[in-house]
Amino acid sequence: MADMIAVQDLVKNYGDFCAVNHVTFTVPEGKIFGFLGPNGAGKTTTIKMLTTVLDPTSGSIRVNGHDPTREQKAVRKSFGIVFQDPSLDDELTAQENMELHGVLYGVPRAERHKRIDTLVDFVGLGERKKDLVKTYSGGMKRRLEVARALLHTPRILFLDEPTIGLDPQTRNHIWGYIQQLSKEEGVTVFFTTHYMDEADRVAGEAAVIDHGKIVAQGTPSELKERTKCTNLEDAFIALTGHAIREEEGSAVDRMRMMGRAWRGGGRR
Amino acid sequence: MKPIYILCVRQLKRYVRSPARIIGSLGQPLLFLIALGFGLRAMFARAGGGDYINFLSPGIVSMAILFNAVFSGIEIIWDRQFGFLKETLVAPVSRLQIVLGRMLGGAIVAFAQGLIMFAICLIAGFRIHTSLYLTFAIVFMFLIALLFAGIGTVFGSVLQDMQGFPLIINFIIMPIFFFSNALFSPNGLPRVLALLLRLNPLSYGVDGLRGACSTVFAYGLKMDLAVGVLLTGILLALGSYFFSKIQL
Repeated sequence: MADMIAVQDLVKNYGDFCAVNHVTFTVPEGKIFGFLGPNGAGKTTTIKMLTTVLDPTSGSIRVNGHDPTREQKAVRKSFGIVFQDPSLDDELTAQENMELHGVLYGVPRAERHKRIDTLVDFVGLGERKKDLVKTYSGGMKRRLEVARALLHTPRILFLDEPTIGLDPQTRNHIWGYIQQLSKEEGVTVFFTTHYMDEADRVAGEAAVIDHGKIVAQGTPSELKERTKCTNLEDAFIALTGHAIREEEGSAVDRMRMMGRAWRGGGRR
Repeated sequence: MKPIYILCVRQLKRYVRSPARIIGSLGQPLLFLIALGFGLRAMFARAGGGDYINFLSPGIVSMAILFNAVFSGIEIIWDRQFGFLKETLVAPVSRLQIVLGRMLGGAIVAFAQGLIMFAICLIAGFRIHTSLYLTFAIVFMFLIALLFAGIGTVFGSVLQDMQGFPLIINFIIMPIFFFSNALFSPNGLPRVLALLLRLNPLSYGVDGLRGACSTVFAYGLKMDLAVGVLLTGILLALGSYFFSKIQL
């Protein structure tokens, strides 16, 4: 089977700091691949480079056979993404958010309308689709983002901590659908998570990254075997150590805090 | 073309759905109109300047457009904060289409605010000279809107967070407004101030708008148009360039 994602010797430096340090891995088509690591390990930085929004310092990337630094449009058409942070327009309705996405991705009108209805129903937001997103709970927003990422029938789905802050019901629901999608339509899934039980259950293969380097790679059972642990969480700790990581707040994090203080949580 | 259209529509929807913003951003120009317009009216007339409300109104309309257009560009920072920017940046459309949609949407919103302010000025006693020139009023209002949407986009693309926002308002936008001919005539000024006025893009927009409403241009219609169109083109290009350099 062809590799949907192929990363060779990928490096990203911010000044003296090396966020991603000579990372190499491949994800075969149709696989569900877990990218695991503590805070600040380089997961999100890697996803940013895979998804064309950040240029690597060196190394090569192929996503669906295309280079994200040069063939951006071809790469962007190939994937759907659920970001770590919310990325919806709160002042629009769910349907308008979906519609905007469909137009940006060039989904023809008739197909767009049909798929929007199906997907919104699937994530259980059919009744609320005409409501402004700012009236949604965190879980509803997440579900809408998953639906949106699938609207243009991508070959690859990137999920950066997609289930953070969701209740077990919603998590199960979302993963069930993603597994079904992977099995029936051969969609490749690349996800990060801090919930090791989740990774153990859904990942066909996983890589553990720490301090910008991949420290282990294999199926969850291989990882457990190698570290002689009974569950993936212990294996993860065995591989990455007990130290709690400091993560520097980005400019956006700082601003979020300021925005909250400033406007008492309101949008404007 | 469709991505430009849908992003433009997005901004119009956000505008229409936020009455607080529509009314709120009229506050400042309204204060200037009432305090300066009525406060200085008698003195201005005694000095032989004519009706100050007539003189001031195009400046106040321009002010409303200026601030709204710059804010629309700076909204990129909000979109960065609330994540929507990412959604547009990973979409398979060129950055140029995205930024053109944004700037066009922002300019239309600013233009709409300008129209509302124009109506308020008419109520306050602004008398316009009905002539063919009046069609140029719309042209100049839209040029000011586009030009400053471009400037706002440059700042919105370069700034990482809102910390730099007061800096831009106090050291760029306020001076642009005060060192223009919005509040006073370009004639008989100290040389440095007169030069500042000449170098200020807003001056040409205000002069164009004032001329269109009164048939009297200080710099001349052709000059106002040429400078306005040229600078708008340059700033839209600059806005597009800086926007295309955004990395997350």
